[in-house]
Amino acid sequence: MKKFNLKYHIVFPLLGAICIVMVGCERGFSDDVDLATFPNTPDIFTDAPVGLTDEFFESFDPAVGANPNGFGTDDNEAFEGTTSIRIDVPTPTDPDGGFIGGIFRDRGEGRDLTGYDALTFYAKGSTTATIGTIGFGSDFERDRYAVSVNDIELSTDWRKYIIPIPDPSKLVQEKGMFLFSAGTESTNGAGYTFWIDEIRFENLGTLGQPRPKIMGGQDQMGQANVDTSVPIIGLTYTANGPNGSDITVNATPSYYDFETSNPFVASVDEFGLVTVDGPGEGGNNTATITATLGGVPAEGSLTIEAVNIEVISIFSDVFANVPVDNYNGFYEPFQTTLGGAVNENGNNIIDYTMLNFVAIEYYGRDNSGVQPVDITDLTHLHIEFRVNETVDASDFINISLHNNFTQPSEVSGVFSISGAELLSNEWVEFDIPLSSFAGLTARDAVGMMLFVTDGTIANLSIDNIYYYAEN
Amino acid sequence: MNLKNKIKSNAIQLCATLVAMITVGVVVISCNPDDTQIVANFNTITMQDEFDIDGAPNSSLWTFEIGDGTAQGIPGWGNNELQYYTDRPENAVVEDGMLKIVARQEAFEGSGYTSARIISQNLFEQQYGRFEARIKLPWGQGLWPAFWLLGNDCAENPWPNCGEIDVMEYLGDEPTVIFGSVHGPGYNAGDSVSKKYELQNARFDDEFHIFGVEWSPNRINFYVDDELYQSITPETIADEAAESIDNSLLDNAGDWVFNRPFFIIMNVAVGGNLPGPPNADTVFPQTMYVDYVRVYSAD
Repeated sequence: MKKFNLKYHIVFPLLGAICIVMVGCERGFSDDVDLATFPNTPDIFTDAPVGLTDEFFESFDPAVGANPNGFGTDDNEAFEGTTSIRIDVPTPTDPDGGFIGGIFRDRGEGRDLTGYDALTFYAKGSTTATIGTIGFGSDFERDRYAVSVNDIELSTDWRKYIIPIPDPSKLVQEKGMFLFSAGTESTNGAGYTFWIDEIRFENLGTLGQPRPKIMGGQDQMGQANVDTSVPIIGLTYTANGPNGSDITVNATPSYYDFETSNPFVASVDEFGLVTVDGPGEGGNNTATITATLGGVPAEGSLTIEAVNIEVISIFSDVFANVPVDNYNGFYEPFQTTLGGAVNENGNNIIDYTMLNFVAIEYYGRDNSGVQPVDITDLTHLHIEFRVNETVDASDFINISLHNNFTQPSEVSGVFSISGAELLSNEWVEFDIPLSSFAGLTARDAVGMMLFVTDGTIANLSIDNIYYYAEN
Repeated sequence: MNLKNKIKSNAIQLCATLVAMITVGVVVISCNPDDTQIVANFNTITMQDEFDIDGAPNSSLWTFEIGDGTAQGIPGWGNNELQYYTDRPENAVVEDGMLKIVARQEAFEGSGYTSARIISQNLFEQQYGRFEARIKLPWGQGLWPAFWLLGNDCAENPWPNCGEIDVMEYLGDEPTVIFGSVHGPGYNAGDSVSKKYELQNARFDDEFHIFGVEWSPNRINFYVDDELYQSITPETIADEAAESIDNSLLDNAGDWVFNRPFFIIMNVAVGGNLPGPPNADTVFPQTMYVDYVRVYSAD
């Protein structure tokens, strides 16, 4: 690391010199130039759409199940004035589409929203349903500055909703005025109606404590091959609202300014795509990607280790995963284990509770078409465990790999990890030679991995499961 | 805001007009409030702590109250508060030109939270005057900071008879609202004389605001920045106390007890009857930043 710091010290004075020269050359805009600015109209819908396209509502593609029919206005319901937007959420079996959603677009070249800090609206439901998504910034073109809130709970009376703008200074020309998507997940498939009124951008001044996050706010690590790319995920922005409650939105990467700690290893573009550029210099093959939003450092980071490996990935956010049958085979009647793949603050992990044993299957169960993997030429299994309880030295995890699972020619091998090698509530990485799975005499069709704890460890999370070989 | 500015500018115009009139000798009148007005002028600074010297709070002005209230005979400080007050720098320190009172979530002496409470008792006490502090407040459910005054005879004349003037109280789950109150016999705790002040387009936890009272013999005025939002007189209190039937047996209910020296208290409480406990979203540590405390008298 020290070596790199020295390199920066050499580079910075040079950059300084360049900057001075460039500043010297810089010219201001002529007085004759009118810099393009766009209207800052705040209103989106009052009693009628304001400055929106003639279509007003542009549905998501019916080909993906969106029902274009349930959208209209209602002169009998309004929070203020005479008219509100009425949305009839269809049942999942509706022949015209099982959910409703779409966007409102500015009819011009876009609006300047830099003077606002939130999108606000009033809504009420025919029942206390939960709307899947509401947001703005999607224009069906680039969706560069899209923001959304998930799981908006409706009340049966009008209630005001606030969606914070993560960094308004980015929104100099925004066309995506509003987005919603609603299904019947919260009502057990029963259709319902909700109304929206008084949709506008506002400068509230009462939003505070901005807290951006990347990678779900966690410091995550991963390996990646040179010339491959990994997306930054788990991007959220939380602000504290005027009623003291936190409001968390999903934000697109373009709201963030990303930075790499080691340009010899990885670069990151404005869309949050991290590209592994090289193996590093001076023996340092890692780069940590961090971000700021509106000058506020984002919680969380991604540290990439540049490697040169051949990978077959079963479960990871970094490598492309092969299709699997399941992350929990639910073997009855002896298995007690519950759980499977979950999203934990933007990080996809596998989470098991009541574990005695559990299988991840990828052999084509019930003629699913999933293919077992040929790992004959690979040398190691990488896997990470987090024991979500107190670990005792006598605890264990037995991992077994099964070739030609369920076939007469099935062979398998077991590798044992003891409690002494595990930590309580912390991730521990293992790189296990495949040769250590005694009895696994063939591995051209590995289709099942079994984790057995016999209850010594009941609560276990697993992440980054992949087979690999160093090239 | 616009309306207020308009009134202000009208007042300026009026003054300008009056000044013009004076110069032509038609009317003899002054724009300055004279002593017959109800607004008292407190122009002489009698105490100021600008918190410019790093370290512990100035011991010639402040002492710490330590513990969970048990030693004082009021466990939970009379409100079921959850914090243990310490004099450690982790909970109270002067640095960066301000006093920081820091509430932390940590197991300490049987409590789940620590914080600090400093008082000027026996070191600075004053009857009447302007008491003000410039403060940026913490945030989050369960945080309960305050800048307040207590009568200096509470030992002989137990609360609420000794009187309490809450210049500023605030709950972390209402980041746009503070409130000012007085407590005394027949008007205290949930029946105190109290009023809220709400910011319309701003918050108390992301910028400094000045909280002040102007306390004269028969009136206490409450201010946020330059806005007067509450004015309490003996009549206000008598009316308030008379409304409570619980007071029928109290011979001093509604008495105006704000006629002796009071001292200053600054603290950040965690939990308690008023705010309720912190929840999973409450971020710790939380800090009350005090830029200065200044006290003025009339002469």
